[in-house]
Amino acid sequence: MEPANGLKLDYNHALTIKEFPYIIRWREDRCKRCGQCTAVCPNGAIKPTVKYMRVIESGGDTPKPKPVRRIIHVIEQVNNIENYCTGCAVCALVCPNNAIEPEYNPQNKFLFYKNLGGEGYKRGGRRNDPGVSTLDRIKFTRISMLTDPALDAGRHEFRVRSYIGRILPPEELPLKVEDGRLVVDKTRGKFIPPVREIFPIMIGSMSIGALSPYMWEGLAMGVAYLNEVEGIPVVMCSGEGGFPPRLLKSRYVKYFILQIASGYFGWDSIIHTLPYMTEDPAAIEIKYGQGAKPGDGGLLMAPKVIKLIAEIRGVPMYVDLPSPPTHQTKYSIEEAVMKMIQSMSMAFGFRVPVYPKISGTRTSKAVLNNLARNPYAAALCIDGEDGGTGAAYNVSLDKMGHPIASNIRECYLDLVKQGKQNELPLIAAGGIGKKGNLAANTAALIMLGASAVAIGKYIMQATADCLGDEWNRCNLCNTGKCPRGITTQDPKLYRRLNPDKIAERVVEIFKAADVELRKIFAPMGRSTELPIGMSDGLSIDDKAMAERLEISYAC
Amino acid sequence: MCRLAAITSAKYFSPMENILALETMKEGHDGSGLGLTLKDLGGEFKDLKEYPILSGICSRKGREILESYMEEMGFKMIYHWKPKIKQVKGIIRRDHYFAYVFDYPDGWKDKSWREKEDLLMNTRLTLRKMGEADESIFVFSFYPDVITLKEVGDPLEVGEFFGLDKDILKAKIIFAQGRQNTNYQIYLYACHPFFIQGYCTMTNGENTAFVPIREFLMSRGFPGYMGYNSDSEVFAHILHYVSRQLNFPLTYYKDVLTPLKWDEIEQRKDKEALFLIKQSMRPLCIDGPNMVIGFIPDGTCFMVQDAKKLRPGVVGGIEGKYALMSELCGLDKVIPNRDRSKDIFPMKYDMVIVSPDAKEVKVWNQLMA
Ligand code: SF4
Ligand code: SF4
Repeated sequence: MEPANGLKLDYNHALTIKEFPYIIRWREDRCKRCGQCTAVCPNGAIKPTVKYMRVIESGGDTPKPKPVRRIIHVIEQVNNIENYCTGCAVCALVCPNNAIEPEYNPQNKFLFYKNLGGEGYKRGGRRNDPGVSTLDRIKFTRISMLTDPALDAGRHEFRVRSYIGRILPPEELPLKVEDGRLVVDKTRGKFIPPVREIFPIMIGSMSIGALSPYMWEGLAMGVAYLNEVEGIPVVMCSGEGGFPPRLLKSRYVKYFILQIASGYFGWDSIIHTLPYMTEDPAAIEIKYGQGAKPGDGGLLMAPKVIKLIAEIRGVPMYVDLPSPPTHQTKYSIEEAVMKMIQSMSMAFGFRVPVYPKISGTRTSKAVLNNLARNPYAAALCIDGEDGGTGAAYNVSLDKMGHPIASNIRECYLDLVKQGKQNELPLIAAGGIGKKGNLAANTAALIMLGASAVAIGKYIMQATADCLGDEWNRCNLCNTGKCPRGITTQDPKLYRRLNPDKIAERVVEIFKAADVELRKIFAPMGRSTELPIGMSDGLSIDDKAMAERLEISYAC
Repeated sequence: MCRLAAITSAKYFSPMENILALETMKEGHDGSGLGLTLKDLGGEFKDLKEYPILSGICSRKGREILESYMEEMGFKMIYHWKPKIKQVKGIIRRDHYFAYVFDYPDGWKDKSWREKEDLLMNTRLTLRKMGEADESIFVFSFYPDVITLKEVGDPLEVGEFFGLDKDILKAKIIFAQGRQNTNYQIYLYACHPFFIQGYCTMTNGENTAFVPIREFLMSRGFPGYMGYNSDSEVFAHILHYVSRQLNFPLTYYKDVLTPLKWDEIEQRKDKEALFLIKQSMRPLCIDGPNMVIGFIPDGTCFMVQDAKKLRPGVVGGIEGKYALMSELCGLDKVIPNRDRSKDIFPMKYDMVIVSPDAKEVKVWNQLMA
């Protein structure tokens, strides 16, 4: 039986399956037609359909194959660009018979077509580049052995801690000698900026709204456990979009960095809760830029703006929430940034470090120098081009921004020139642990000059099995249909997560990173303070990179 | 491993005592050099105490440049000491070893002591830069009542070479260091002890945190924080920075090198200050392995260990003469007739302090302070 409307002769405007980034391999012989894959697919990329086909059948006691023609049920990949297969492989996950899986198609022409309706390709995730990053090429090559005995990561005392906050240079400490001892000279009225001791890896800004409630809760529980039970002072940034008032009023708020960004979402509620807060937050982060989408504002897509989110952010439900690319009050860095830092400091009684976050850029030194002159600036966070996001244009994600390694290095060396390398901590973000090497990437950045690093994508991958990778896999975070339940507000999806399990994983990850960092620092002979700027311990297998980073070349 | 022999005494003594101690401690090959710093000089320098002494080595050409520069600057040479060189096999003789005693240029006599100190240091740095590229001038110290001698070779032979066994050169504090060749290039500016404006240290070990420390010091805007041909030079500069520039009492040197943990700081009376210091001076903290011996302008000598005590060190002696040594046999050689039960082996929290004129020795404990 042929289709009623007869043969279609002209397929010119239809895509072949080869244009798609992932091609579905479905095995007819294994499939029992349960339909689980089509039900679970977040993108409608596969559909059940019927075909009239010639098949070989054999029945009876001895094989007697014979061709028959009949209607059979098949699973077919949809060749509509809107319903492209993202390669997430949840179909393979649910299939009881291993009958289906996506296969990456390196020849795909996806980007040629993913602009239907004149709309650029938007997605979540991070820069799709499966190559080896600079951070992963850095090796630790100065090993203490005989002339300077290596330390013992298991036996010696180690202190893997860092600071956020403006640290006064020794020359400016208000100290005087009394009876052979130094005492703080209160009469001088010198402002001593607030400083927090933290574990050098923090969880970077991911908002409630971008993350599902279970995901956020799991991370937050893990962070609280690390602080209160394990004694590892890990802090986590709220991202833009406010903070649950109940948590704000709790003592746990001290483990969180509150972010204010250009949309000021959620700050109405934070300001109103201020008088009822019993503890100060760890810090305030002013977001001026994001590595994943430099020069672009935040974006929370309408499907994610459910009741809870709308309440925290103080907006109507189910509307797109774009933050402007820049703070509307910002007309000059000298004045506006200073004012913003000052006002945020003032709101918290100058007891909380306030620092800006910018996206990696060739101009970061200009920002840095401005902050270096501002005694209230508590740090600078630079988010490199490999940073992640919940929603951005693909072009921003893939092509905009600056790699973090050389950006951090030049900023650090600039601070060294001014003698302010310990005064203004640098926080590095963007692509840390991209290939899973969390501790090694962290140590490399610290030795290039960072005081701490912030991770986002890594923590989603390691705690909740986020499916996204640098082959453009999944990356559906913007659609609200996250198949893992990480970046969605749909209870049907996020109930796939177990917040306790997430919390457990957070604890495991940080405990392991703590051990691994010691394993790197011990043979290099550093234990009581972080080896910030200890660049003589690093090498890279590329001369130009070595020169740029001012480290040695080893091959 | 380097060997260190420091002696402080109420009476003048010969640097040969230090050299013999080094000889006793010697094990295996040891030809990377000998450095000697003498403070509180006797003999012919006894009556020249307020005049700065420039010590160093130069070539014939370097000597002309140096002398004409000093003249141009207005320094007036009032005494010229040179060692009575005896040719020794294995030591390559350089043209001119010297210790010149100068009077200040006109107009400088009434300047403040700090200004004079800066003039001396800046003059030394200029001379160093003038002769560094072609190695025509080496200058090790330019300061009143201090002489520094350095040369490559076995310590005992270098001692002979300088004729120290015959000379009447004597002092009340003498630091000596014999280096084993862990750095392949033997360079005079890498020889301990290191001296800057009255502060001097020598060290045993490697400094794993050298690069950040060097960067921190060099960015303090103080011209004397330069050189760093040895990773141990930073110890002298940290001492100078903490004591002279920041005006902290001496014991804070230990608190800067090996800061206490937060809960340990809590027990200290000066905890508020220590909280700030621990953060502000984070880049100066060391992880060893190091034992540092030093003196400060008033003649106090000290010994400190890294926080894991990864290098040996011992202090012992009698009232009027104490020795700070890297190994016990060196101490036995110098002061055999002491009460050995009073020998001090400083542990991780200790700073052993010998007062000027070797009057008394005390152990300052970082935890109990
Ligand atoms: S891999 Fe994911 S997107 Fe592709 S068909 Fe399977 S479930 Fe759908
Ligand atoms: S699993 Fe969820 S969070 Fe991860 S890439 Fe896919 S949609 Fe984004």
